[in-house]
Amino acid sequence: MTVIAASELVKRYGDFAAVDGISFEVAPGESFGLLGPNGAGKSTTMRMVGAVSTRTSGSLTVLGLDPDDYGPEIRSRLGVVPQQDNLDNELRVRENLLTYGRYFGLPRRLVAERADELLQFAQLADRAGAKVDELSGGMKRRLTIARALINDPRILLLDEPTTGLDPQARHILWDRLFRLKEQGTTLLLTTHYMDEAEQLCDRLVVVDHGRIMAEGSPASLIRSYSTREVLEVRFGSDRNADAAAALAGLGDRLEVLPDRVLVYADDGEAALAEVVARGLQPLTSLVRRSSLEDVFLRLTGRSLIE
Amino acid sequence: MSAVTEERTLRRGGVRALYAGNARAVVGRGLQATRSSNWVVVASGFIEPIFYLLSLGVGLGAYIGTVADASGREIPYAAYIAPALLAVSAMNGAIYDSTWNVFFKMNFAKIYEGMLATSLGPLDVALGEILLALFRGAIYGVGFQFVMQLMGLNLSWWAVLAVPAVMLVAFGFASIGMGVTSYFTTFQQMEWIMFVLMPMFMFSATFFPISVYPEPLQWLVMALPLWHGVELIRGLTTGVVGPDALVHVLYYLVMIAIGLYFTTRRLRALFLD
Repeated sequence: MTVIAASELVKRYGDFAAVDGISFEVAPGESFGLLGPNGAGKSTTMRMVGAVSTRTSGSLTVLGLDPDDYGPEIRSRLGVVPQQDNLDNELRVRENLLTYGRYFGLPRRLVAERADELLQFAQLADRAGAKVDELSGGMKRRLTIARALINDPRILLLDEPTTGLDPQARHILWDRLFRLKEQGTTLLLTTHYMDEAEQLCDRLVVVDHGRIMAEGSPASLIRSYSTREVLEVRFGSDRNADAAAALAGLGDRLEVLPDRVLVYADDGEAALAEVVARGLQPLTSLVRRSSLEDVFLRLTGRSLIE
Repeated sequence: MSAVTEERTLRRGGVRALYAGNARAVVGRGLQATRSSNWVVVASGFIEPIFYLLSLGVGLGAYIGTVADASGREIPYAAYIAPALLAVSAMNGAIYDSTWNVFFKMNFAKIYEGMLATSLGPLDVALGEILLALFRGAIYGVGFQFVMQLMGLNLSWWAVLAVPAVMLVAFGFASIGMGVTSYFTTFQQMEWIMFVLMPMFMFSATFFPISVYPEPLQWLVMALPLWHGVELIRGLTTGVVGPDALVHVLYYLVMIAIGLYFTTRRLRALFLD
């Protein structure tokens, strides 16, 4: 039993294929991520799953229903957190929840009960009567999530949930999302942040140019596409390329970025010792564990955040 | 809870399904928003026609005396322009909500995007917003008619029907206003609306009969919506009602249908692609 099943999903705008044959399945209670840079087709995929955009070809079922036949029905069972907050600034915090519940045709009393629970959940109970403009970015985001939960959705769609938030606000938000996950809510989220994907996703697909590059759990993707550790060395902007030539053969693989050279090796410290042994003197060096960023770099030759 | 969900009949209709039968939720949102918004703005649109009535109807009217109505009867100048200003008042109310407010919600606040991510359809949104604009137009109109009554400017019992007529006029302007606005994306385009409204207000038999114009110009005025509203309401408040009234009503019904059609179509194209 899957709650979302997409097969060879395509969305074209004229000649441009925003989504170009994407297939994936999401199980109930699973937390599934679409990871990729801006313009990879993540949001377009989300819009099709959210039943607000028609597909050009391929098949798609959400909660066992085809959006082409049951669009409003599917929308009534989803919670949507869009990339940009579209909270209603003309309404106050609690009114936002009440009004949104009414859009689903839910009875006033039920909506009022749920609104109060959700304000607690979003840690906004003391802000119930505040104007939306008065909230911080993190609070707005939490309110948007609370709003998305007003209809007790089976699946929560989150498009870049923490983009633009400061680190502390992001951690609060992750904590809330993690609780939802623990309660068994199915999450489908897009992100271009590695740490976010690693924190929240059971499984993810790496998307680029509308196609899937790889699929798996964060750990398995790192195992398959990267080494255990990475050595980052900087020689100064002009000298990185020259230094890279001298580093040839070191570790599994080298990546030369404009500002630094990445040496992929299972033992980062040993690699650093070898760099020094070859007579090179990096300005700075850092040994860290491989992340999804490295997976992405390996798969596409580009950084996620450009 | 889940048992209830399973038993419920599934709502059919694809991604671009038009209507969920829940326009009242959209109206409810509007009323809630108005409650906490600035009523001074609301009041200004209502007061403007009253100032016209006082300055032109009473002030200039004292100088002009009486004018002939459609049946040739001499009526006070104030009674001649008051029904026209009543139509203008309904128009102002409807236009205020259906143009600038809609423009802002559509392009900046992304309110419709949020609405259409729920089970609402574009017709729910269009109808709800237009009904809300109509509501404001009707409040202006009924308020203005109350002022007319106090000033003794309702000359016939037919004037009672001016209330539904005002609502029809407001509905028409709300519908066409939102239809046009939904296609506009820049402030410059929005200025065009005001560019059309102002001369229409001045020249639609509001302050003098259109018989003063050369014939081609008369036809132009008669093609515009305000003239039909003015004639319809003037007929009712002065008690000169003929079959023409049906033509005016029909004009507004068509206008409402066109506005709803294009608004719905545009919302669907924008948010349910």
